[in-house]
Order: sequence, then structure tokens, then C-alpha cells
Amino acid sequence: MAATSNGKANGATRWIGTRPVRPDGVDKVTGRARFGADVHLPNMLVGKVLRSPHAHARIRSIDASAALALPGVKTVVTRDDFNDLSSEFVPAGEMLVNYRDVVRNVMAREKALFEGHPVAAVAAVSEKVAREALALIDVDYEVLPHVLDVVDAMAPDAPLLHEDMITAGVEPAPTKPSNIAKVVEFKLGDVAAGFAEADIVIEREFSTQPVHQGYIEPHSCIANYSEDDQAELWCTTQGHFVVRGHCAKLLGMDVSKLRVTASEIGGGFGGKTVVYLEPVALMLSRKSGQPVKMTMSREEVFRASGPAAGTRVWVKIGMTNEGRITAGEAVLKYQAGAFQGSPVQPGCMCAFAPYDLDHVKVIGYDVLVNRPKVAAYRAPGAPQSEFAVESVVDELAKRIGMDPVELRLKNAAKQGTKAAYGPTFGPVGLVETLEQAKAHEHYRAPLKPGQGRGVASGFWFNIGGETCATLNLGEDGTIALVAGTPDIGGSRASLCLQAAETLGVDVERIRPLIGDTSTLGYTFLTGGSRTAFASGMAVVEAGKDMIRQLCERAAKVWDIPVEAVEWSDGEARPAGSNAGEFDPLSLADLARLAGKTGGPFVGRAQINAQGAGPSFGTHIVDVDVDRETGRVTIERYTVIQDAGTAVHPSYVEGQLQGGAVQGIGWALNEEYIYDDKGRLQNPGFLDYRIPVCSDVPMIDTVIVEVPNPTHPYGVRGVGETPIVPPMAAIANAVEGALGMRFMDLPMSPPRVLKALEDARIAEAA
Amino acid sequence: MRYEAPETIEGAVKLLAGGGPRGRVLAGGTDLLVQLRAGMIAPELVVDIKRIDETREIREEGGRLVIGAAVTGAELGEHAAAKAMWPGVVEATELIGSTQIQGRASLAGNLCNASPAADTVPALVAAAATCRIAGPGGERRVPVEEVCTGPGELSLDDGEFVVAFEFPERPPRSADAYLRFIPRTEMDIAVVGAGVNLSFDDNGRCAAARVSLGAVAPTVILVEEAGRALVGTECDDAALQNMAAAASAACRPIDDKRGTVEYRTKVAGVLATRAAKIAAQRAKGAR
Ligand SMILES: Cc1cc2nc3c(=O)[nH]c(=O)nc-3n(C[C@H](O)[C@H](O)[C@H](O)COP(=O)(O)OP(=O)(O)OC[C@H]3O[C@@H](n4cnc5c(N)ncnc54)[C@H](O)[C@@H]3O)c2cc1C
Repeated sequence: MAATSNGKANGATRWIGTRPVRPDGVDKVTGRARFGADVHLPNMLVGKVLRSPHAHARIRSIDASAALALPGVKTVVTRDDFNDLSSEFVPAGEMLVNYRDVVRNVMAREKALFEGHPVAAVAAVSEKVAREALALIDVDYEVLPHVLDVVDAMAPDAPLLHEDMITAGVEPAPTKPSNIAKVVEFKLGDVAAGFAEADIVIEREFSTQPVHQGYIEPHSCIANYSEDDQAELWCTTQGHFVVRGHCAKLLGMDVSKLRVTASEIGGGFGGKTVVYLEPVALMLSRKSGQPVKMTMSREEVFRASGPAAGTRVWVKIGMTNEGRITAGEAVLKYQAGAFQGSPVQPGCMCAFAPYDLDHVKVIGYDVLVNRPKVAAYRAPGAPQSEFAVESVVDELAKRIGMDPVELRLKNAAKQGTKAAYGPTFGPVGLVETLEQAKAHEHYRAPLKPGQGRGVASGFWFNIGGETCATLNLGEDGTIALVAGTPDIGGSRASLCLQAAETLGVDVERIRPLIGDTSTLGYTFLTGGSRTAFASGMAVVEAGKDMIRQLCERAAKVWDIPVEAVEWSDGEARPAGSNAGEFDPLSLADLARLAGKTGGPFVGRAQINAQGAGPSFGTHIVDVDVDRETGRVTIERYTVIQDAGTAVHPSYVEGQLQGGAVQGIGWALNEEYIYDDKGRLQNPGFLDYRIPVCSDVPMIDTVIVEVPNPTHPYGVRGVGETPIVPPMAAIANAVEGALGMRFMDLPMSPPRVLKALEDARIAEAA
Repeated sequence: MRYEAPETIEGAVKLLAGGGPRGRVLAGGTDLLVQLRAGMIAPELVVDIKRIDETREIREEGGRLVIGAAVTGAELGEHAAAKAMWPGVVEATELIGSTQIQGRASLAGNLCNASPAADTVPALVAAAATCRIAGPGGERRVPVEEVCTGPGELSLDDGEFVVAFEFPERPPRSADAYLRFIPRTEMDIAVVGAGVNLSFDDNGRCAAARVSLGAVAPTVILVEEAGRALVGTECDDAALQNMAAAASAACRPIDDKRGTVEYRTKVAGVLATRAAKIAAQRAKGAR
């Protein structure tokens, strides 16, 4: 299990690195926790969405009169209810969104661009009536040819999703529209010179399928819009401030008039950083004058919410016979879905990030296809490009007979490495994860006949950003911690630990809450693995703010200068013998005296957190392949990752395990199956196969701690990196087992069996 | 929608016969309720058969096993005699769903849902089980393989329902086995299922063999050729290869989201072979 080598194991920290029970745990296991669909209001209506049955169609007209005439139907919303918005890019999670597109994604305007695209919504007294009403809405479609594949969509004669789309990032600008929204390029050195130095050059082409984040809780919200144009919105989201901004924009409201509360969240993984139902529910509520609740079915989640981009990636890497990588080049083609904005840019930036290279060139294409708009999914863009690079690196190692961990160590990015995407790395832990991999018992354990072992490394930047936090001291000395980042992975526990450490109080005395948008200043969403880092930083700042106030009061009580008071172990003490002889005043003492000494204590922080530390990881996996059925079984799996500092090691381990398991699904089984009309055939967990518990072994974890110098306790984000290495690690392991390299995901039983059969036939010939 | 829970076979028949085409039998409900919620069906009458004793008991009658139509997977899985006599049928039943589903799912529901991929059906067909069917015209007995006529289609008449499954007498040195292929390890629908039931004579030669396949044709199929390939042999590799070839040759699958024609055809032979090996092993251990 986790070998937590806490950098401060000498006892310098008391709470950081411990494993208290999570504050939200009891509510979750007893069913008290209120998720998106758990709120009910008086007079509440049920909202339902009518979705396009076509992958691509012009909407000639929408006639909702019959639906409106149905008893129990209160209102209908269509494109006519939303004002068109001009092009304006704003950050949502780690990806940008364009308001012009957001308004079209929540409600189709000129065209339906994917099967499942909303074209109308109704609010009715019951779900049954709402469903009946949907069937009465008459939409006149002109069905258009559609395109699903990224390469097909780039062809000159491909059906155009947006007839006026001129590719950005190309000089001179193309004169003809296409489905290519953008071309990006990252360059370092001179790849031609780099390849000239190489003894071996390998180039390969890879493909990955779109995969869904697979959060168990479907999208759900309840909107309550009042006659004076104020509104409340309760929803399941990774960022209620971002939801507020998007909804206010789409409804033409002041943000201060919209109060958004984030419910407990049943998984997001990046997919709950955008809005789908929320603006529609608000519009239905505005028009009907009643609260409106909307919840997607699982089928709707699959048909209409964002997967990770499906991709085609070409990679070329040169290396000397001694194992020095001389150059890396890649071309990335990423599906954006129906609107521009695939994560191809981070895909380009991450592709070669684990390596210290002089010559790199990566070109990326952002391509529109008739599928739901992609959304962030853990380390958006990185798993696809790093799958390709890490596969080729494995092949290079095997070509010269060098241990693949050794090859990576020889070329690993470290402090001082200039990354191809610009920055020079500070302290990073890739070398440490590779050293741990090499030393791990798993890496040396004998394999059974027919099994294979693979390794791969992965990188993600992590982010900081705008963040507020408040600590409210109660009159008994206990503390209410208010954060603005929804807790999707145990962050409330991590924030409490950081507050406890800062204040020197028992973590049990701190009760956390995710405040609504009116209780705190603007706080960016939970994404980019930023919460333990950025909200953590804010909580530490808020703690220091409170300590300042506490010391002032103690100074007042003792009648000594505030400089003569120090805060230590949860109490105010005279700083040295010169300050005078006074009994310490604890947090509880000072809380009790608050009224007599100047009033309540509130520690606040509003920061723009800078200096997020990137996190590297290395995975080791053993697979067994059934040669007769093509089934790949994961026999053993170890994740090694740099956490900077593991504030609550259990939740770091949880992140590492969860990422690995999602990566296993991505590698082996998950894919969208469409019919020839572009309609999704497997919109449910029965046929869209995320792994079940019995599909995976216990995922072993090793936490490496190379502290991030910009965070007071050394924290780096950990939530995203773990989904980056699995696809390549598993493909490399399958190669080890079969001597066959799979470059197309998923490595599903039919694909693997077909490759085995083809090889048998080829061998026989 | 009307819900009725009669306590006798006659009571159920009467309700069903009067209910018309929109009447439905309810056993465990693990298919029915899912379809109801998904809006796939909208019955006017639901007749719950779980209060009828005959549908809930597991009995041995003169060396023959009888399993009530609504006996749950969990109940069957804990029945020692059933497990000893028909390990393949029991293991097929236990594959259905999860612990929660096992507390409800029944053999008759699995058969009468009429999915070509139903897990217990190849095992029941290989076992040569018979359905006891009650209806307005009295009772009749029909081999399991004749109950489904196509996906979602049954040969039952209006007002008829399955009361129980009756199994043949078990000669010594006999055993069955069921295997399915799913991409996951559970909570999935068979891409291919294979049930094999074998009896051996004193000399270790196969005296009788039935091979049945699921998910490779519109209904579960009994592959007589495959059985014949084993009879008279010691189920050695050559015989198993012939059996597998016959099994694959009998497949008439479709390409769909769960598997390709090519894949299903190939894997049918693989699973039939593996199931036959298990059945043979068990038969040798059995007395
Ligand atoms: C999560 C989940 C997992 C599942 N996994 C599997 C699996 O692994 N393998 C598998 O094969 N199936 C699986 N199923 C499907 C289902 O559980 C099985 O088919 C089960 O055996 C159905 O039995 P039941 O008693 O619940 O049937 P019910 O739902 O009660 O009935 C099913 C159908 O049969 C009819 N019927 C029931 N009893 C009779 C009778 N006595 N006479 C005439 N008609 C009758 C009903 O009218 C209905 O049409 C799964 C279902 C779920 C929800």
C-alpha cells in the first residue's frame, strides 16, 4: 500500500498526512447527503427536453401548440426564448467555451448538430405529462449528411457543421470553410536536426475512441425564478460560480440576482464543468412562474453530455542506440464534437512533457463532428497524446533491448528541463516515480507464462486560480470552514486538515461547508486538480488572517503589543520572556471572550492561486490475454505518483486508483457505437462498458512526495495525472504478452481476437 | 394497471385468460419492471405468480428434479441436491445479474423474456428440461427449446404460463456445465453462451451429449451435430475439435453492438469446448 514518505515525517506537521474520517462520509453512507435530484420545492414542475433524433439536421420550424394545449403543461421553451450571443470565449474548467456555442448547445438554433441535441423543453405538472407533451411537439427537420470520424470530418468534401467556420491559426487564413476550427503548433529546437542525430526512428499512428466520464449521478437541477427577476438554482456541478456566470449570461441576468448552490456531487471528472439543463430550467421557471426540476436519464447523459475527445494521433520519435531520445514529433487530430473546443492544445503540450528533449514539434487540429460537444475529462487531452508517445517509447526500448523504465530515466524531465510548451520545470517528481517503479517488488515479480507487463508515465500541469475561503469561529471555539469549490474527491477533508494545521486545532473542531455563490467571492470551479492546492492555499491564508485577529485580541487582553504575541499549538502565547508572564489563551478562550474584546472572528482569504505544481506518475501493469477469446485481464496494477504532499493519503490513493480504473475502461472496453444514421446504439452502462469492481484487481499505490515549493504545505494536485498512463501501460503490457502492438483503442475482445486470428493466418501463409 | 397475486394455478389462468393481450405474468420482475419503467411495455394487468406454491418449490420426484417457475437464483444456488444433479443449470442461474438481482430473478422469467442471450436457457436446453405449462385448455408439457420462437416471441397461448421446469432422470456419470462470454466479469449480457450436458458409460465413453448455444441465433439453439460429435468418444481433443466446429457451423448470429458475426461464431466453439471439458470433469467425479 502507500509508502507515504512524508517530507515532514519528523513530526513537524500534526494534521497534514493523517487520515481522519471524511466529514461528508456519514451523510453519504446513510443516504442523508443531498445530491442534485434530492431537492423538492412546493409547486414544483418537472422539466423535460425534446432531443433531436438526427445527427445533423436543419430545423425548419418548431410547433409546440399541441403540447401547450395539453392539460398540465405549463410552458415550452425553444430557441426563440434565448437571445443569440456573439462569440466570446470564457474559461470553464481547463477548457474554453464560447458563449455563442453555449447558447446553441443548450438549445439548438439553426441546426441540430448531434443526436440528442436539445430542440425544445417543457415544464409540466408531472413527468408523465411532460413526456406526453414532448411527443406533441412538431419539429420540421431537413436531415443533412453527418460526419462522426475525425479524419472524415477533415476531408474537403465533408458535410460542414458550421458553414462559416474558417480555420483559426493558419496563415494565410483559408478562404473556404471547413470543420477544422483551429490549428495549433508547439515547437522547440529543430526536429529535422534531432532526427538526423537518431540511429532509430519509429513513427506510428494511433486512434482512441471518445469515452464518457461515467459519473454515476446524472445531471440534475432545480430552478426557482421569481417575479422580481431573482432566481435560485440548485444543481450538481463542479463549479457553481461558473454555472452562475453562464446562466446569467444566457438569461440576461445580473450575477448577483442568481444564487447557485452546489449539491453533493456523484462524480464529475470534468464533465460537470459546463451547463446543460441549468439555463433551460431557469428559462422554464421564468416562463411558468414555478420551480422547475430537471434530471437527465442515463440515456440522455450519454447522448447529450460531453465525452472526452476521440482522436487520431501520429507520432515519430528518434533515438540513439544508447537510448537518448533526439527528437519527437506528433500530429494530433481531436474531435471537438458539435462545437469547437477540443482539448487538443493541452494534448499537444503534454505529449512529450515527461521527456527532456531538445527538439520537439507538435501540431494539433480541433475538428468538429456530429457528436455531443466534448467536455473536460481528467487531464483533458493528455491521455490520448501520451498514449501514443508512451507506446512508441516502449517500442523504442524494446528495439534496443533496454528496460523501459531505464530508458525513461535516461530521458526524464526534471527540475530545469525546458518543456516544449514553454516553461522550465521547477522541482518535479518524475525521476522519483521511475526510481520507485524500478525498486518496486511488482516490477521484479515473475510473470506467469503468457502474461505481459507494461509501464508508462504521465504528466499533467494542474492549475490554481481565483479562490475564496472563510473560517467562521463559533463562540465555543469550533470553526465553520466555507469553501467555494465543490467536493468531488474528499477535498473537504483535505481543506479541514490544512486549516487544522495552520490554526493548530483538532481537525474534528472544524466543520466544512461548500458555500453557495452568495456566501463567498468568485471562486473558480473544482477542476484542473486545483482544489486541494488552491482552496487549500485560501484556507491557509484565511487561517493566518484569523490568527492575526486572535493575536490582536490576546494582546488586548494582556495589554501588550501585538508583536509580543505568538500563535503556537492552537493558542496565543507571549512571545518570549520579555513579553511578560501570561497563561496562554486558547482558541476556545478567545472565542468565549470575543464579545468583550471586539466582536466575532472571521478569517477570510481571496486569492488568485499561482504556482500549481505539475504531477508526474508512472504505472506498472500486468495483463493476461485469453488467446481464444481475446479478453485482456488486468492481473496486477501499481500506480506511483508525485503528490507533492499527501494531505489526506487515503484520498490521494483514491484518486490514483480511480484514475487507473477509468483508464482501464478506456483501454479495454469503452466506446460509443453509432448506427449509419449517426444514432448512438449503446447509451447505457449495460453496453457502454465501464469496469465493474470484479473487473479490476486492487490497485496498489505508492505516493511520492516532492513538495511543491509554492504551496505552504507542498501540495500538488493529484486528480488528473492518474488517468494519463493506463492506456499506454496496458497496450505495452499486451505487447509484452502477445508480441503485438495495439495502436487502436479499445483493446476489446473482438479486436484482440481478430488481430490474433490475422496473425495466425499470416503465419500459416 | 391492475395488479393481481392469485394463490392457485387456476386462479392465475383465469385472470390471464380474461386479461387479453395486455396481461402479463410477473415473476421476479427483473425484466418486466425494467421494461415497464423504460416505457417499452404498458400492461393493463400484471399477474404475480409468486404466491402459487407450485411456482416456488424445488422438489425431487423419483429421481427427477422439478424447479418451480418463480424460484429465485439465490434459492436455487443454495439447494444442494439441485446443485449436485444439475450444476450447469445452477451455475447459469447464478450468473444472472448481481446479488440484488439474484434475490428475484427466476428461470421462467429468464426463458419467457425470450432473449436469445438469456443465460439459463442454453443450460436448460442442454439438460433436456421440459416446461410444465398451465392454461385455459389444461396443462401441457413442452421441451424448453420449443418455448421461444424468436426474440421476444413465445409459443405460449393466451392465458398460458409456465408453472415449473421438469428435468429428466440423471444416469450415473453425468454432468452439465454452462459458460458465457462477456467482455466484463459481471453485469453484462452474454455475447455467446454454451451449455453442455454429458453422460458417460462404464468404459469412459460419452453415451449422450447435448450442446446448446445462446446469443448466436434468434433463439437459443440445440446443436445436435455438436452432441453427436462427442457420443462414442472419450471427449478427447479431436472429438472436442469436431464438436467445436459443429457448434460454430450452427451459429447464425448477427453483427450488433455486443459482438460481430465472426467473433460470436469463433467464440461459440471455444466456449462449447471449455464447457464440455468442465462437464466431462464433473461427470467423472460424479457417481
Ligand atoms: C441488472 C440486471 C442484470 C441482469 N443480468 C442478467 C444476466 O446476467 N443474464 C441473464 O440472462 N439475464 C439477466 N438479466 C435479466 C433478468 O434478470 C433475467 O432474465 C431474469 O431471469 C428474469 O426473471 P424474472 O423472474 O425477474 O422475470 P420477470 O421480469 O418477472 O419476467 C420476465 C418476462 O417473462 C414473463 N414471465 C415471467 N414468468 C413467467 C411464467 N412463469 N410464465 C410465462 N411468462 C412468464 C414476464 O411476463 C416477462 O415478460 C438482468 C437484469 C438486470 C436488471
